[in-house]
Amino acid sequence: MSAVAAKYPEFQKLGVEVLSMSVDSVFVHKMWNEKELSKMVDGGIPYAMCSDGGGKVGTIYGIYDEDAGVETRGRFIIDPDGIVQGYEVLTPPVGRNVGETFRQIQAFQLVRETKGGEATPSGWKPGKPTLKPGPDLVGKVWEVWKTDEAFD
Amino acid sequence: MTEEFKPGCARPTGGPVGENISAEENVKETLVKEERQMIKVGKKAPDFTAPAYHNGKFVNVKLSDYLGKWVVLCFYPGDFTFV
Repeated sequence: MSAVAAKYPEFQKLGVEVLSMSVDSVFVHKMWNEKELSKMVDGGIPYAMCSDGGGKVGTIYGIYDEDAGVETRGRFIIDPDGIVQGYEVLTPPVGRNVGETFRQIQAFQLVRETKGGEATPSGWKPGKPTLKPGPDLVGKVWEVWKTDEAFD
Repeated sequence: MTEEFKPGCARPTGGPVGENISAEENVKETLVKEERQMIKVGKKAPDFTAPAYHNGKFVNVKLSDYLGKWVVLCFYPGDFTFV
């Protein structure tokens, strides 16, 4: 969560708000921020740290682990209309790649700005070519996009 | 956007918003719980309220208050865990 906090100013530039959520109480959130996270990120956690005691919210999002009584690592990208555009769920021992979340939002924003006129192929990031879906592109992707573009 | 609240001795909690689940439906929901599916991309994100700690204050967060912005909602296993 400190990695998300470090990237928060960049998220804000994209008009993105971040919410974190665990089953811990708001009191524990305060202590975690004061005792540890604020030592990892200047100024501490800048976004709202939500509390989901009982896992009710995690349950409706399908990521609450009832056996362990905790949320799994579910990350949801929600657009300005309140629509879920993407999610990723990991088991606890493996952390997220915040850069990938950021890249996905950049891609979703481009698709939204072009009203679906452009689509972002595998590995797209700003500066790389997009695809313009339509009858003329059918069977011609190989001409305008190379597999190498998927990788850095 | 968020409203500050004064914490009492009870642990503040929130929950889903908008769905009026009657007791009967609640029972039914428990019975079908095993069949519940993952939420779907391209569909509405379920609204909720939740107490939160934000910049030194305790506030109530409601997801639908953020309509018009992109939101990254990150669940994680617990405070003071290692990853």
